[in-house]
Amino acid sequence: MLLEISHPLELIKLTASLDSFLHGLLPSWAALLIEFILVGVVLLAMYAVIALILIYAERKITAFFQCRYGPNRVGKYGLIQSVADMVKILLKEIIHVDSVDKFLFYLAPFFVICASMLTFAALPFGNGLHAVDFNVGVFYLIAVSSLSIIGVLLAGWSSNNKYSMIGAMRSGAQFISYELSAGLSLLTVAVLAGSLQLSTIVADQSYVYHWNLFRGHLPAVIAFIIYLIAGHAETNRGPFDLPEAESELTAGYHTEYSGLQFGFYYLAEYLNMFIIAGIGTTMFLGGWNAIQVEGWDGFNQVMNFIPSYAWFFAKTGVLIFLSLWVRWTFPRLRIDQLLNLEWKYLLPINLVNLVIMAIIVVFGLYIK
Amino acid sequence: MKDIKELVLETIPSAVVEEKQKLTVTVESRDLHPLVATLKADPAFRFDLLMQLIGVDWGEKLGVVYLLSSSADISKEIVLITATDDRKNPLLYSVTDLYETAHLNEREVFAMFGIRFINNPDMRRFILNSDWTGFPLRKDYNADPVLNPVNLVSKEMTDIAPSIYETPQGEIKEKLTDIFEKDDYVINIGPQHPSTHGVMHFRTALDGENVKKIDVHSGYIHRGIEKLSEELTYSQILHFTDRLDYLAANINRHALCMCVEKAAEIEVPERAQYIRTIMDELTRIESHLVAWAAMCNDIGSTTAFIYGFREREVILDIFEKVCGGRLIMNHNVIGGVMFDIYPEFQKDVEAFIVQMRKALIEYHRFFSGNVIALGRMKGIGMMSKKDAISWAVTGPAGRGSGWSCDLRKYVPYALYDKVEFNEVIRTECDSFARYMNRLDEIEESCRIIEQLLPNIPEGAFATKTKPIIKLPEGQFFQRVEAARGEFGVFIESHGDKFPYRIKFRSPSMALVSIMPHICRGEKIADLIAIGGSMDYVIPCIDR
Repeated sequence: MLLEISHPLELIKLTASLDSFLHGLLPSWAALLIEFILVGVVLLAMYAVIALILIYAERKITAFFQCRYGPNRVGKYGLIQSVADMVKILLKEIIHVDSVDKFLFYLAPFFVICASMLTFAALPFGNGLHAVDFNVGVFYLIAVSSLSIIGVLLAGWSSNNKYSMIGAMRSGAQFISYELSAGLSLLTVAVLAGSLQLSTIVADQSYVYHWNLFRGHLPAVIAFIIYLIAGHAETNRGPFDLPEAESELTAGYHTEYSGLQFGFYYLAEYLNMFIIAGIGTTMFLGGWNAIQVEGWDGFNQVMNFIPSYAWFFAKTGVLIFLSLWVRWTFPRLRIDQLLNLEWKYLLPINLVNLVIMAIIVVFGLYIK
Repeated sequence: MKDIKELVLETIPSAVVEEKQKLTVTVESRDLHPLVATLKADPAFRFDLLMQLIGVDWGEKLGVVYLLSSSADISKEIVLITATDDRKNPLLYSVTDLYETAHLNEREVFAMFGIRFINNPDMRRFILNSDWTGFPLRKDYNADPVLNPVNLVSKEMTDIAPSIYETPQGEIKEKLTDIFEKDDYVINIGPQHPSTHGVMHFRTALDGENVKKIDVHSGYIHRGIEKLSEELTYSQILHFTDRLDYLAANINRHALCMCVEKAAEIEVPERAQYIRTIMDELTRIESHLVAWAAMCNDIGSTTAFIYGFREREVILDIFEKVCGGRLIMNHNVIGGVMFDIYPEFQKDVEAFIVQMRKALIEYHRFFSGNVIALGRMKGIGMMSKKDAISWAVTGPAGRGSGWSCDLRKYVPYALYDKVEFNEVIRTECDSFARYMNRLDEIEESCRIIEQLLPNIPEGAFATKTKPIIKLPEGQFFQRVEAARGEFGVFIESHGDKFPYRIKFRSPSMALVSIMPHICRGEKIADLIAIGGSMDYVIPCIDR
């Protein structure tokens, strides 16, 4: 379907030639080992870079929402502000608190950071840029991303601080509730896509009307909206930022953390935002596929010229922007309102939606 | 006035009734409670509002001055005085069973004068630490820092309230009560907390997310302004008032200036009156903007916070051009104002009013109609009219409970009798009513300014006064409508150039004192939101 010439900027050629080069030079186990390490390093580096970019973007976008300038002193337009902040947080002293449960306290940030890092492995960033392609990819994503709640609960519990405790308890209640909605709305799409493998799901969404968002008619749109709400809630950001509600609980579960450990939570928050948007892109918006309209060949060629990872990041960026927009517009919900929203509205809607989607799929009513 | 004297003398034949600046009644300590009860219950007068409770040290006697008023017509006033000559163990009778607002006020009097109130259920010191040596506002107080050294070690809070009560047989007994139950989950909201609007300290017992009980601690920034004032001349005291409720600095200062001007019979030029009134209203707008912004921030909308400050900046710029100060303005002086307005003042203010009206529409679109915001404000923090009166909660908060208590209407001062404006009253009694009241009062303030602005007369902006002003002997009161409610000044003068006793009635203290009552059973998140809707300023309480 797609011309080879239309992909001059794709990284798949580079990775393929690197692979054949390594295999030609070394025994296959050694080549594999080097590849594993390379992939790990690249993912880690991406992890840090994406976080830096997101932090800068959020500060700048928020500033424009709030009639401010945002960072504008360090570098042109404050571009290296977040790099400077990163250096600062790396150099900062970690203040040791006496009354905490030491082992759990220092362990907790790693749960959070590991959970979001594990998710990275299974996200398809572009054509061929997909570290692990499980046949149960969606399931894996849901399972792994829920691990971070352990870190949050541990942090709140081991801090030996009443504010942190309340924050962690709120976080637990919130996360478990909204995980249901997020999971069910992804399940709705999985029913439509007929697969849990992310590469298949992406490959099936070639033309715009094949995007799961449009292919499944209204139920898919509903699932998308619910996914955005639930995903937003899972990232603990306003209006769902109750666990760290700064006007009530000062900083919630990470009140007692300092230096790099606090940095881990900070980093994980931004990465989680990216991951939620990334999953949304993959599942609903055609993943790394370019915008293709059947019949518009010239248009399609131009669009195809833009590499697939750029498409992925652009679509993800749109979802992140939506999330920022919501965060800086709405006031915070109260815990009972938050749980009401989930258990009384989102969950029942979701269940009905799932049944409708199943009917649509069984009778083949979706756009083929 | 005839009837009230009769009523007083009928109830307490030994009472001494004098016509001073206000009708003043002096009674024995034992007779005070029955007299207050009668005045409160009498259907013709209904003195159901305890506006001020002022401790005074008269040398051989320690006493309390009560300023009572009526909620139906807050221009009605009566002053009651009672005293005891036992300086070792001074005891007076509490009026906490009649006025809830007396609780914190009596505790403050105990801290400052050592007077204990019989039948007050909680006789801990307010504002001062429980182990403070001496009673600061007594005239024989020893201020040697050796007696009360700066403590560098953190102390445990005890949460045990001593009280003193009278048995039916007339015996006086003491007892100790625990504030919290044994296994209460108590968290400290404050003194360092992002949303207490200053260094307020709420010891809060929680039941899950619900607030079970709140114990108010204050005094973390107590500066002893009333004590300091006793050794300064009247013009030197003025700048303290700006540092009480710093968001409504100009109005507080206006109150003290008026009090001195009335007592010393100093005429204020017409131009100064115009400037004062306009500046007061600008201050009110500025204060309400901060209140709005801070409340939105408390509910979690940071963007709204910045929007509020955006408009406030314009007012501060105008203030700066007028008198050089932005927050603390030091503009009013005895006899007028310190600086005349600058030539483009009218133009700037007019431009601001246009901008403010646009911004108000934006605020309503952005926040007032937001579903989440409404869910966080409607039906939350219910304060009935009865409670508001009993706790003497005035200002936009009191008017949100349907209580008409605007002093600008009832006791017009400056030029408020010459302008037309509406008293904004809502009867919903919830956070949303208080929130909307503030935004509507901004509009009313704009109207007042618009009426005054074109008519500022030419002439002097201040009367020449002597550098040192001596007030005649007597007790002088002045009440004004500050941004948060009624701000009161009490001066007792013994004919000297220094006040013998000066007391500021803090509107914020009433707002804070009702917090434990209206927050009971609400969620902890709502405690913060209700605090935002009450809009207290802590330096005003701590003085």
